[in-house]
Amino acid sequence: MEHGGWSPTRVVPAILDPRSSILAVETMNVGLEHYLIVSALLFALGLLGVVARRNLLVMFMSLELMLNAANLALVAFSRFNRNLDGQIMVFFIITVAAAEVAVGLALIVALYRRRQTAHVEDLATLKY
Amino acid sequence: MSGIFPWLILFLPLAAVAGIVLFALHDRALSARLSIGAVLGSFVLSVVLFLQGTHGETAVNWIALSDGTTSWIVDIGLRLDPLSLLMLLVVTGVGSAIHIYSYGYMHDDPGVGRYFAGLSLFMFSMLGIVLATNFLMLFIFWELVGVSSWLLIGFWYERPAAADAAKKAFLTNRLGDFGFLLGIILVWATLGTLNFTEIEKALAANPQALGALATAAGLLIFCGAVGKSAQFPLHVWLPDAMEGPTPVSALIHAATMVAAGVYMLCRVFFLLNGPALEVIAWTGGITALLAALIAIQQNDIKRILAYSTLSQLGYMVMAVGLSGAGGNPSPAMFHLTTHAFFKALLFLGAGSVIHALHHEQDIWKMGGLAKRMPVTFWTFLTGTLALCGVPPFSGFYSKDAILAAAHRTNPALFALAVGVAALTTFYMFRLIFVAFTGPAKSQARDHAHESPAVMTLPLLALAVPSLLAGFWGIDRFYATQFAPGEAEVATGWLSKLVAPFAEAPIVASIGVGAVVIGFVAAWALYRNRVQDPLPALLGAFARWLRNRFYFDELYERLIAMTQEALARLADVVDRWLIAGLVVRGAHGSIELTGRLLRLVQTGNLQTYAFLFVAGVAVLLLCMLGR
Repeated sequence: MEHGGWSPTRVVPAILDPRSSILAVETMNVGLEHYLIVSALLFALGLLGVVARRNLLVMFMSLELMLNAANLALVAFSRFNRNLDGQIMVFFIITVAAAEVAVGLALIVALYRRRQTAHVEDLATLKY
Repeated sequence: MSGIFPWLILFLPLAAVAGIVLFALHDRALSARLSIGAVLGSFVLSVVLFLQGTHGETAVNWIALSDGTTSWIVDIGLRLDPLSLLMLLVVTGVGSAIHIYSYGYMHDDPGVGRYFAGLSLFMFSMLGIVLATNFLMLFIFWELVGVSSWLLIGFWYERPAAADAAKKAFLTNRLGDFGFLLGIILVWATLGTLNFTEIEKALAANPQALGALATAAGLLIFCGAVGKSAQFPLHVWLPDAMEGPTPVSALIHAATMVAAGVYMLCRVFFLLNGPALEVIAWTGGITALLAALIAIQQNDIKRILAYSTLSQLGYMVMAVGLSGAGGNPSPAMFHLTTHAFFKALLFLGAGSVIHALHHEQDIWKMGGLAKRMPVTFWTFLTGTLALCGVPPFSGFYSKDAILAAAHRTNPALFALAVGVAALTTFYMFRLIFVAFTGPAKSQARDHAHESPAVMTLPLLALAVPSLLAGFWGIDRFYATQFAPGEAEVATGWLSKLVAPFAEAPIVASIGVGAVVIGFVAAWALYRNRVQDPLPALLGAFARWLRNRFYFDELYERLIAMTQEALARLADVVDRWLIAGLVVRGAHGSIELTGRLLRLVQTGNLQTYAFLFVAGVAVLLLCMLGR
């Protein structure tokens, strides 16, 4: 508990406390790092989806994944710092993301109607 | 009250210019009256000032700059001293005669208004030079003289020769003025002032004030005189300037433009040191000799006079050079004064002849004019005798003063000057014999008639000083400016009459001897001739003389070559450096960069996303990696 003496879910019974020398059982302490790692993984997955997947819709979903990775990190920090600012931020992000999804999906649908495709390779008219 | 006189003298001609240009450009009589009235007014005021003997300086502060430590003050000032007083008289006096004469000569020209405006502008500029108190003002009026001479020489601009001559005069003068300006800047940089009185004071307090640059400063300033006074090697513009109307030639050659150079040298005489004066003397001597030689084979009456002007200017410049550092250049000013009288007379006489012969200028088509035009002939003869230096005509005294100075200081230049004197007599009497005596060489002579009074009266008016100015004590008057000790009390006119023989009998006799030799040669060769016998006698040399030693051709080639070389250089620079390297280079590198960057624009959303992420990664690496 070097990180500010905070353990989010102290589900471990006292008997299993590592400080008690009765049982030398490896216990699972979920700290900030874990949240951040999950967040980073989510982000990376989302990024990979955006960069590698060809379908616009999937890319869009991956984008949402990245947003939620950021949300997770914000919540984790918020809790870690005992400060609600991060959570408030998350609410804003969720709200904005909802609006964004509405607009984005509408765009994709409109694009699909026009081009009969949602593949990014077919949507390269910005090319030189 | 008389404090305003110098200003009036200066600005009357300018007022005339304004009046003519605004109201009388197409009114012959009014424009002539304005112009003549202005110059006569200036003349009268000059006489008043001269009689009062007013000396001193007035100044209006014009530019005053200061950066805290040094200040630069330039005045528009007028300076009255013996030098400028007498010069005022000469300029306005001879100018008046020429203005009045012009009214007769230019009477039928459609551009009379323009002509008189130019003439008055010329007078204004010249009076500015005479009255200037500082180098900057002198230079401004100096350039104004250049401009107005350009206007007047090119007066008949529809004739290509006249337009070219005007351009040539202006450009040649600019060449000299470039050196002049450098000299002025040099003096200002070293002494910190442009005012003549202050420069003189500074140099009197510390003769080494200019240090090692003294000679350079003197020679650079002399450059201005070389241009304006048409000294070798910038003499080529003067003969061509004959393309202007004849009264303009008289004005330029006698009293104003060419005199400005000599006057300026005398004005800043204190700036010239020994070596510079040596160069000046030899430049003058060479010019005198070259021009006199060329003059003996010219056939255009005005060109003969033009080369004679060159030659006499050479005399004056030589006289300035011979007077030695800190000496007394009054012989130069003396000769300038007398020369102004008789050269104006000669030009106006030539104009009278040309007018009578309906613009025939070749002396080999004249002949026997003496009987047809007695007033012109006799006044012309007076001018000729004065120019040759026959006692007791004015030219004798001034030329004798120069010869005496040469005799004292520089035997080589003395011999040269005597030779030039003989040549002068020779070519002038060649002109007289061919044009005025002997058989008529063309029909034109039969229709010749004496010019109207408006033209002959100025001739008569100028003949008087040409005859008498030698023993009025003009040199003494100038000497009060430069060497008050030498300006002894006035003696009687009779003793002045014989002074040259009394003071330096050898020099005076040699001078007269040279005149006699020249006259006898001219008599023997040109009496009653209808063709020039000299080319047969001299062979190739005569051809060289007739072609003015090929100076014009030489300059033409030189300028053409320089220009060609410069043009080639400019071409290479333009083609390879500017067009090739800079323009094509800039265009090429930008296009190449563009082509490369274009490849990035795939149009694929994912490429952009990838690049964006890669950019973020790089940034993160930079931020965190440190």
